[in-house]
Amino acid sequence: MIERRDFLKGCLACGVTAATVSVAGTNAMAAGSFEGYPDAMGVLVDLTRCVGCRSCEAACNKEQNLPEPDLPFDDLSVFKEKRRTTEKAYTVVNEYQVADKETLFRKMQCNHCTEPACLTSCFVNAYTKTKEGAVIYNEKVCVGCRNCMIACPFNIPAYSYSSPLNPLVKKCIFCYDTRVKDGKPPACVEICPQQVMTFGRRADLIKLGHDRIQANPGKYVDKLFGEKAVGGTSWMYLSSVDFDKVGFDGHMQNEPIISNVKDFLGFVPMVLAIWPALFTGVHLLATKNKDGHHDHQEGDHQ
Amino acid sequence: MHAAQRLMIMALTGVLGLLAASVCFGAGIPDQITINSIQKYYGPVNFNHAAHINMLKDCGLCHHHTTGAQVADPNCARCHKNSGAQAVVSCKGCHVAEPFTPEALKQQRDQQPPIYHRDKPGLKAAYHIGCVGCHQKMSGPTGCQDCHTRNDSGDSLFKAGNYAPKTPAKPKPAHH
Repeated sequence: MIERRDFLKGCLACGVTAATVSVAGTNAMAAGSFEGYPDAMGVLVDLTRCVGCRSCEAACNKEQNLPEPDLPFDDLSVFKEKRRTTEKAYTVVNEYQVADKETLFRKMQCNHCTEPACLTSCFVNAYTKTKEGAVIYNEKVCVGCRNCMIACPFNIPAYSYSSPLNPLVKKCIFCYDTRVKDGKPPACVEICPQQVMTFGRRADLIKLGHDRIQANPGKYVDKLFGEKAVGGTSWMYLSSVDFDKVGFDGHMQNEPIISNVKDFLGFVPMVLAIWPALFTGVHLLATKNKDGHHDHQEGDHQ
Repeated sequence: MHAAQRLMIMALTGVLGLLAASVCFGAGIPDQITINSIQKYYGPVNFNHAAHINMLKDCGLCHHHTTGAQVADPNCARCHKNSGAQAVVSCKGCHVAEPFTPEALKQQRDQQPPIYHRDKPGLKAAYHIGCVGCHQKMSGPTGCQDCHTRNDSGDSLFKAGNYAPKTPAKPKPAHH
């Protein structure tokens, strides 16, 4: 009986320790606490300015040395269907019918999240969020598992299905190597005739975006998409219609994607650290109990 | 009789046009402006300034407050209602060709006072937002090549003309 009580006490102690560790862990690693690098760059996209000329797609193709497209970049028949990013196109423009006679165009590319889900989902640590704000990746370590494609809330990483022997993930890198690293704007931003995209420090762009809304309250919906969505993104958007109408999830969570699994993931190291000790204890107690029982029996006989 | 009438109307229109032109262009206002800020991919655009003046008759629609005309935008009018004609009137006098260099961004950030003029588009965008915006409203030409003649390196960029994809467009794979 005494042994059993000891065993229960032990379990309780372990439980309390585990709970403490778990709580401490959650506090220390709270997701969404990273506000981004102070001088990180970003892009403010004003959907009301885009005329759907596809110059950004052409410039991206050239800058990133991408394969030849299926159709020329001045072919506007591509707007018949909604396209997504592929290994051959790191950015694509889609057209949305937002009212009877009104259409809006939206360019899609990596939004370069402050706390990227692709980065946190990658088990070979291929992704890096640079201090300039770009989310880049190391092709050399990518094993092609496609976790990032599932994790990305914007459906951005594409896959080189055309390369069966060494398929890799492909996505926009904010022209990091060739431009943003040196303080220059990405190729798509530079070529845009309408300056749909404004390049600058993310912190400044947030102010600029709200100023633009304030100066033209009838023109824009009062929201800067990307300021808060999934913990904030480097690319942010202004629109004249609800963001749901131009292919965004207007109700996207404000917490980074990692918060959805962080509580669970916090348990994993705890289980690894505590369970061996716990079960060793159980084993020892169980074995000791056997011996003690034997001694006890002997004592009873006397 | 009809031919003579038509001739008279044409002559009268011509005289009126010349009159309007002489009134407007007394102060060194160009009739024709060659815009070649994106000559890397396109030939220069010969902008017929005179025709646009004759059609719009309001300099303030394009030139904000700088010509001394009435300001169209109420946000600008708060300060510039009576600010008069400025020394700099041309687009490229205020709108810079490269708005996103580190220097340009710093200048924008350090600007005093720290309000207004901070969201100033670059030169290329100033032209396009002004031109295309008005052309959309007034049913003017809005296609890229309605105004711009694309050159060889432009064709190469757009993978068009001599650089068009040789292989026929393949159907999209079912999986993504």
